[in-house]
Parts: sequence; C-alpha cells; structure tokens
Amino acid sequence: MTEIDDADVSDLILRHAAVKGALLPLLHDIQHRLGYIPQAAVARIAEGLNLSIADVHGVVTFYADFTLERPARRRIQLCMAEACQARGVADTCAKLEAASGLKIGETRADLSLSLEPIYCLGLCATGPAALVDGAPQARLNGQRLDALIGEVVR
Amino acid sequence: MSLRLYVPQDMAARAMGADQTAANLMAAAKAQGLDVQLIRNGSRGYFTVEPLVELDLGQGRIAYGPVTPECVAGLVAEGFFEGRAQTLRLGPVEQIPFLKRQTRLTFARAGLSDPLDLASYRQDGGFKGFERALSLGQAATVAEVKASGLRGRGGAGFPTGIKWETVRTAAASQKYIVCNADEGDSGTFADRLVMESDPFVLIEGMMIAGFAVGASKGYIYCRSEYPFAIDILNRAIAVLETEGLLGATAKPFAFDLEVRVGAGAYVCGEETALLESLEGRRGQVRAKPPLPALHGLFGKPTVINNVLSLAATPFILAEGAGAYQDFGVGRSRGTMPVQLAGDIAHGGVFETPFGLSLGDLVDDIGGGTESGRAVRAVQVGGPLGAYFPKRLFDTPFDYEAFAARGGLIGHGGVVVFNDTVDMARQARFAFEFCAIESCGKCTPCRIGSTRGVETLDTLLAGRGSQATLGLIADLSETMKFGSLCALGGFTPYPVMSALEHFPEDFHRHLPAAAEKLTWA
Ligand SMILES: Cc1cc2nc3c(=O)[nH]c(=O)nc-3n(C[C@H](O)[C@H](O)[C@H](O)COP(=O)(O)O)c2cc1C
Ligand code: SF4
Ligand code: FES
Repeated sequence: MTEIDDADVSDLILRHAAVKGALLPLLHDIQHRLGYIPQAAVARIAEGLNLSIADVHGVVTFYADFTLERPARRRIQLCMAEACQARGVADTCAKLEAASGLKIGETRADLSLSLEPIYCLGLCATGPAALVDGAPQARLNGQRLDALIGEVVR
Repeated sequence: MSLRLYVPQDMAARAMGADQTAANLMAAAKAQGLDVQLIRNGSRGYFTVEPLVELDLGQGRIAYGPVTPECVAGLVAEGFFEGRAQTLRLGPVEQIPFLKRQTRLTFARAGLSDPLDLASYRQDGGFKGFERALSLGQAATVAEVKASGLRGRGGAGFPTGIKWETVRTAAASQKYIVCNADEGDSGTFADRLVMESDPFVLIEGMMIAGFAVGASKGYIYCRSEYPFAIDILNRAIAVLETEGLLGATAKPFAFDLEVRVGAGAYVCGEETALLESLEGRRGQVRAKPPLPALHGLFGKPTVINNVLSLAATPFILAEGAGAYQDFGVGRSRGTMPVQLAGDIAHGGVFETPFGLSLGDLVDDIGGGTESGRAVRAVQVGGPLGAYFPKRLFDTPFDYEAFAARGGLIGHGGVVVFNDTVDMARQARFAFEFCAIESCGKCTPCRIGSTRGVETLDTLLAGRGSQATLGLIADLSETMKFGSLCALGGFTPYPVMSALEHFPEDFHRHLPAAAEKLTWA
C-alpha cells in the first residue's frame, strides 16, 4: 500500500466505523477506490472495526467481488449463466478465449486484460451479456462481438 | 409544437447503446433546429426491442425499436422527427402486442416517465396505497395484505400477510424491513425492472410494510451486478428525503431507508445468508428456527421480502385486497411478472394473472425461439428450477401446478433452450453452479456438487456406464435430503428433471456397449 492508499483507507474506515454492519460497505469502497483489497488494508480494517484479521480475511475471500490482487486494466466479465448459455455464450466465450489467449477465469500476466465469469446480469433476454470495464453490453455475438474484440482484446 | 422523445435509461437499453442513441438523436434534432424534450424514462420491460425509443408529436407515443446508435442517421433521413419514418416502427406503444396483452398491476408505471419524477409518480396513483394504510391502521393493513392472497415472489411462495403478522405482533423496541433485491436467479430481471423503472413503488411498499409492522428502519440489499438500480434507488431515497416523506424524522411516518450492496454471492439471496451479509459477515446460511420474523437482522424481528412482494402492496392497499385477489387461479392469487428469457423471440417482463400455460407463455406470448430453431427445453424458476420438455407445456403457471409436475416457479424466470442444447451438459452446469456458490456449511452441498460435476465429466468424456447414471440419482437424493437450504436441496431439480425428461442426452454419451445394455 502506498502512503496515499494508506490515508485513503484510514479515512474510509473512519467514515464507516459508526455504521451497523460496516464491513461490506467499507470493503466495497476500498475495492472501488483501489481496485482491490491490499493485504495491509485487511489488518487496518480489522483494527478499525475491532475485528480479527481472520474475520476480515474470511469475508474478503468469501465474496467474489473482493480481490486481494491488483485487477487487470481492462476487464471482460462474461455472463456464463443459463439464459446466456441458451443464447450461445459458449461460442462467444470460445472466440474471446481465442482472441485473447486467455481461458475464462484468467488474467494476463502484464495485467492488461482479464476474462472473468459472472453469473447473470439481468440481461437474459438479450444475451450473451457482459460487463466490459463495468459497462453492460448485450447481444455479444456476430458484429457486436467482433467490435468488442477489436476494441478491447486486440 | 412540443416534441417529446423518450429513450430508456434502463440497463438493458444501455447495454445496446441507448446513451449513444439518445445523444445521436438529440444531435440530429439540433442540426434540424428542432426543439426536442428528451426524457430518459424507465424501460417498459420488452427487452428484445431495446433501445425502445418513443416519439410524441402531440398525438400519443409512437414506438421504434430496437434503435441502436447506428440506426439513428437512417431514421432521421426518413423523416423521424416528422413522424414519417417506417423502419423499426412498432406503432403506438400501448398497442404493441407484448405490452397490450399484459395485466400490469405492479408494473403499471414502468416506462411511462423518468423513474425519479415524483410528480408523475403521484399523478399516476403513487402513495395512494401508503395513505390508505395510514388511515386503516396497522392491524387492518396487515389484514388487507393477508386477504389479497399475496405470496412471496422471491421463490418460496410464503404468504406475505402471515409473515407481516408475525412481525407486527412481536414485541420489540426495534424492528426491520429488509428488501431482498439480490435477484441471483439467471433468467430473471423483474426486480431490476422495478428498481430501475419505478423505484418509488418499491419504497412505498417498504413504507407500507414498515408502518404495518412497526419498523422504523429498512434496508434494500441489492446485488452489485445491478449498478444502475443501486444508483437510481439511492437517488429515489434522496428525492423522498428532501420532500420529508422518508427518513428518521419524516412525517407522518418516520422510516429510514438504506441501500446495501451485495458482493457477488448467489447464496446471499437466501434470507438468513443475506442477514449475515448485512451484518458484515460471510454469507453463510443460518439454521431455522429461529425465524427471521422473530429473530432477524441484528437479532430483531424482521420482515424480509422480495422486491416484487413489496412492490405489489401499494396496489393492494390502494385498490383493496379484492382487486388483487380477483386475479389468478387456485392458491396463486394476483399477477406474476413472468420473465421470458434465453432463446426467445419476444423476451422481457410479462406481468399476467397466474394460470396461463407454460406453452402459452413460450410459444404464443414469447413467439418461440429468436433463432428460429425448435424449442426443446425450458428451465423455470432459476438455476434451482426444473427443466420442462414440450410435453409438459400444458402446465399452468401457478405454484401448485408446477410443484405437482416436479418443478417450481420460483421467482418467475422462464429460460428457453433450442434443440441444440445438450441436457447432460445442463445437468453438469447445475452441479457446477452449486459447487461455485455453495456457502460451505453442509457436506452434501459442498462435496456432493463437486462429485456431481466429476460424475458428469466422466459421462461426457464417454467413460460412463449405467452405474454413472445411478450415481447421479444417488447424489441428488443425498443433496435433496441432507442440505440445510435450497441451494444444495434444490440443485437436484434441474439435474433430475434433465435426466427424467431427456434421458437420450445422457445415454448418448455412454460407450456403445453400455448403451446396448441400457436398452436391453
Ligand atoms: C440459494 C437461495 C437463493 C435465493 N435468492 C433469492 C433472491 O435472490 N431474491 C429473493 O427475493 N429471494 C431469494 N431466495 C428466497 C429467500 O430465502 C426468501 O425466501 C425470500 O427472500 C422471502 O421473501 P418473499 O417471501 O417475499 O419471497 C433465495 C433462496 C435460496 C435458498
Ligand atoms: S445447502 Fe449449500 S448453500 Fe445451503 S447451507 Fe448448505 S452448504 Fe450452504
Ligand atoms: S443469464 Fe446471462 S444475463 Fe442473465
């Protein structure tokens, strides 16, 4: 954690400490601000919220949204759930894998891109659906998929 | 002449470029020197045609869709702003068959206006239900909800009024209303549509619940996969707080409401896991009893209801229990927002009284597949719901009828698969999803699901035998009876329904010798 991050985290802890059930909102804020939950922050949170490090670690690792590692600069979170399966996400996934050289669930070593599975975005009538750097995209096959590959995967 | 343009701000519309569509249309209007009022309304829930743009030249709203950003130039050249464009024209919006055929009680306002326009909300009947609740008093409000026959729309179908009554009569200094907006079931998006298109109706429902049971604090637990819903809810709360209608000092009823965000765990939709998560812990399921109604959030009596259950109550209070209970069949009263998804020609939220057959919904309303291939299987009720073959398409959409056929309606998701589906792979996915999402508390769910994946992998690799199929059935039995919650307990529904209704998809993977044995 850099010093700036450290100050950020302390500030966020202060802001949430008084709230009931503060841990998830706090983790969301940190994840949002830094892109991940640094190990050092785990200890600080535990101290700030009067929890054990094991408690905080247990929560961070339970939830898919929280990560202990730095995220990739570009992220494709592809919905792999049933309605998108019914609309051909297997093909979409195979094309993304081939273009990116990643398997679903993998991140490039240089952190330029990750291809992550996610389970339903509520876009199930117009799948295959994905969040691309957090923004929703639907009907990801044909031209729209080609455009995504051209823009993000390269 | 006033010229109004509606472009939805809903996530499904945005996922197809609605923001850019709106920008392109406004730029074209400006180039023509036109004075156009742009309204970013909510979606009407007919997602297949999003972005569904509506143009009002003073004689009603004419719909066009799907208007992706690339289509705008062509439409404008055709005379769009003069009402002359024919491409993508769907006609007067309320005449569109998918919308016209609905009975919209909960979704009456979805898509009509800017979801945060409080004046429109009031004008279209908003807060009538809450006001009537105030005049009825607590006990009579709960009685009204009981009499409506409303059952929980989150999946289990428990009578909402009875739950409220338990919390109302519990003695406690603090009680809570928790809205379950985790909507994790694939193939469902009705909660999302409520939150994005008409957030006030959900908040009003929570105010009614809070008043009825004597709770002064509410939480909406919304999944993180719905960033727009979270944003709209927070802004809707702020609007009502500014008006003095909501908040710890609101009059005539003080009710404080907060949005909390999930963190990508399906099991947190289970009510006790959700409470754990709200309290800041891992989302592990609690054993019941004690019931959340008596010993819920922070140990206090808590109403926990699905978005749709809560959002149905303003209508029930405003129009009376009878008006709601008149719709439906048997013990399934009122309307259900059925969600048509997967390979379907007309997909989206279809609110209708209980009782339409599955075949009516898929073939008639939904228009069959979008791909043009034959319908082969339909999964109803999310990832824990059974797969139905066409043979069972006469099953009426109601809780008991689905249960009688070995299925469940759950949260109302209907996912259509065409004839390219391999049901053995779908069974594998059901186990896989359970393995990924298991909270880890019980062995049958945690270990059984992983064993299920391995077993189906053996089968799919062509190394299975008749015994492999037996093992799948055994595992399912163990999970069904040995799991604490429905994640482990209901995963057998998709697995066993696939095996029962589509055995050929499993037998096809058996080595030739074993297959002969099967048919011997
Ligand atoms: C694994 C699992 C996931 C669930 N997910 C949801 C959900 O996303 N939304 C929901 O309202 N109910 C969900 N439920 C049902 C809740 O436990 C609970 O029955 C519901 O919130 C009660 O509200 P209702 O009576 O209004 O339906 C889930 C249950 C299980 C076992
Ligand atoms: S069935 Fe699965 S998800 Fe449910 S309590 Fe047991 S381990 Fe947790
Ligand atoms: S199943 Fe993919 S968005 Fe719902």
